[in-house]
Amino acid sequence: MKVLAADFEKRTGVKVNLRSGDEAELANQILQEGSASPADVFYAENPPALSVLDEKGLLAPVAADTLKAVPASDSSANGDWVGVSARAAAFVATSGTPADTAPPASVLDLAKPEWKGRLGIAPSETDFAPVVTRVIHSAGADAAKAWLLGLKANAKVYNSNEDLSAAVNSGEVQGGVIDHYYWFRLRDEKGAGDTHSVLHYFTKGDPGALVDVSGAGILKSSKHQQAAQALLAYLDSTPAQQLIASSQSYEYPLVAGVQGRSGLVALGTVGTVADATQLGDGKQALQLLQDTGLLQ
Amino acid sequence: MRNPLPALGPAPLSRCRAVGVLPLLAFAVVAVLALPLVFVGMQAAQAGWAEAGRLFSRPLVGTLVWHTVELTAAVTSACVVIGFGAAYLLERTDLPGRRWWMVLLALPLAVPEFVRGYSWVSLFPAVHGYWGAVLVMTCSLYPLVFLPVAATLRGRHTAAEEVSRSLGHGPWFTMWRVTLPLCRPALTGGALLVSLYLLGEYGAFAMLRYTTFATAIYTEFQLGFDAASASLLALVLVGLALLLLGLDAATGRRGRIAVTGRAGNGSRLARLGRWRIAALAGLIGVVGISLGVPCYALGYWLIKGSSTTLPSASVFGATLTTLGYAFAAALVSTVAAVPVALYAWRRDTRLARAAERAAYVTRALPGIAVALSVVFFAIRYAQPLYQQPPLLVAGYVILYFPLALTAIRGALAQVPPGVEEVARSLGTRPTAVLLRVTLPLIRPGLGAALAMVALTASTELTATLLLRPTGTDTLATRFWAYTSGLAYGAAAPYAALMTAMSVPSVLLLTRRTLGADHRVETS
Repeated sequence: MKVLAADFEKRTGVKVNLRSGDEAELANQILQEGSASPADVFYAENPPALSVLDEKGLLAPVAADTLKAVPASDSSANGDWVGVSARAAAFVATSGTPADTAPPASVLDLAKPEWKGRLGIAPSETDFAPVVTRVIHSAGADAAKAWLLGLKANAKVYNSNEDLSAAVNSGEVQGGVIDHYYWFRLRDEKGAGDTHSVLHYFTKGDPGALVDVSGAGILKSSKHQQAAQALLAYLDSTPAQQLIASSQSYEYPLVAGVQGRSGLVALGTVGTVADATQLGDGKQALQLLQDTGLLQ
Repeated sequence: MRNPLPALGPAPLSRCRAVGVLPLLAFAVVAVLALPLVFVGMQAAQAGWAEAGRLFSRPLVGTLVWHTVELTAAVTSACVVIGFGAAYLLERTDLPGRRWWMVLLALPLAVPEFVRGYSWVSLFPAVHGYWGAVLVMTCSLYPLVFLPVAATLRGRHTAAEEVSRSLGHGPWFTMWRVTLPLCRPALTGGALLVSLYLLGEYGAFAMLRYTTFATAIYTEFQLGFDAASASLLALVLVGLALLLLGLDAATGRRGRIAVTGRAGNGSRLARLGRWRIAALAGLIGVVGISLGVPCYALGYWLIKGSSTTLPSASVFGATLTTLGYAFAAALVSTVAAVPVALYAWRRDTRLARAAERAAYVTRALPGIAVALSVVFFAIRYAQPLYQQPPLLVAGYVILYFPLALTAIRGALAQVPPGVEEVARSLGTRPTAVLLRVTLPLIRPGLGAALAMVALTASTELTATLLLRPTGTDTLATRFWAYTSGLAYGAAAPYAALMTAMSVPSVLLLTRRTLGADHRVETS
């Protein structure tokens, strides 16, 4: 984002003051600030953080041209925030273990007893709730609950996707559900020689074969509406998307014609974009996670 | 109990004035510190009964409260044992290399919390759950007990112990019945800091895969974006904090003994004899575990991480920023803690003690709640200051004030009662008494307060991310930015700097607690 902001400043002369933080903490901060917020644009890793601001009526509509730059399914239905980049949920497995040689076709399989003691999950990460939401929508709340109870019985719970990725790499658990880029980032950090894990994708159409977008919205209270719109338009322009595609973040660009980093499996083959309306603010998933005791 | 001295000469007038200003200052400080509690109360009131019913009927609520209580009890006890044991060995026995041990034993306070958590988890995956949490938290928190106790022992001569020995009591009996009661105010103060810290702690437990009540509060913030529900749950922590303060009230006050005089050449140290090896092994174990593990992990990342680069020029900026904020927070906390501690010490009334204790309650709230409360009040009532440097300092002060208060409280407990009255009865003005008599007497405590706040504030992350001026980077935020991208190699220099930077503070801290030279001897 730093690179993007610098490039935007160079192109437009508009100065960008960047505040980075945990997306949930920043969303909470903006909620407390309300209409007095000094923020102009909020750029979040996951739709629920944006949806919760939208529900409170804090977001202004995004310009139609910007929304048109990416597929309609990548932005909010009411046009209050726009998708910027994407990532795919995936299954990471320790090389050579049964989890690697016979990876699960569906995320639902992971609740089966044969995975007992071999699995890791990070349910407190904001990336996990969307998978749960998808399971609720495809299988129903009761089945989703049974599935979560199965996961609870099978899996070791990790604090973060980073910890989980490292645990699979070290063989502490055989496999786990993460976003694809954690594996690529860990590989960059560890080097190919110390990478002992492989990335698998769930079958397309499975609730686990989920593509989740990051998105940006404009605060209604912003005193720089025009510049904010310009920033969003820039984020979904070809040059910015190329910067995203070539960065160390390993995120997928959303604009047609911009290729993702080499080594990434084509986004269209790994899954479908999660419907932002369906994901909502993630409260139903949260409640189910709490009810089953995966989260407290 | 202190008896009011007969007022002579100009004393009555000046005393009246002092009585007026001091409580006013003390209550003003406590009112600011209580703002997060007001915020939590306001938010919780919005949640409504139905939500309260839903939250508290969840199956795990009882379990989580139990987890918090059981962990707090175990870690606090372990910290008391290690803290007292180490301080006793250093100050009351002929252990070799005492000066070095003092520094080494205080240093774990300087290891950033997230470095500690991560180093344990990455090096020893087996360390997790309840015992993992007990081990890691004890390793990081025992200095909060050790330092005040060591300062107390250093400040007091061994006369009482010598009397006990001369009466034919053995060294163990003397330690148990004489030394330990002498340390009671410092012990209970340190134990209070440790236990309150544990109530609101989240990050380290999350890494160790141990859930406490604070976990539930974070879930409501992080995934539910629900400050109301989170605050409702936080009220439980406030309740637990009040319980702990009640315990402290029941045990701490009885130990108000003012035996003074410095531990000079006349002090007799217990001879360790054949226990020397065991004592050394114990200390090596404590230091090795609590300091060795994080240092080893940092070294490992520096060498093995492929993202390790020589840190850019920005690292110097981040270091200066970190130092500036940490010391500003330390200074403000210490200055603010003086009237609160002084008021409770001078006027041993129920109200004064309540004010002093109230200053501790906020410490039990999770960091995110404190940071959001500062956001909430600042944007409404201090908009021009919002996300300006003073606000970040204020955030640190609210978070770490109890450390300063404990250090000063401990120092005041050693000042013989009546000293101020004697000075005043000689016609000295109250301000002059404060500046020339009281403050010099508690100088070691002031030094300890400064260093303890500066140390902890320099590694703070949650409030820093929310309250810092836009564009400001501290070492902790740089470290965070790299680790959230899994670039541990690139992050390691920042963590190493944070730890290295703390060494001067620790030296100052230990020198201050060692420095009993400016004590006034009374006989």
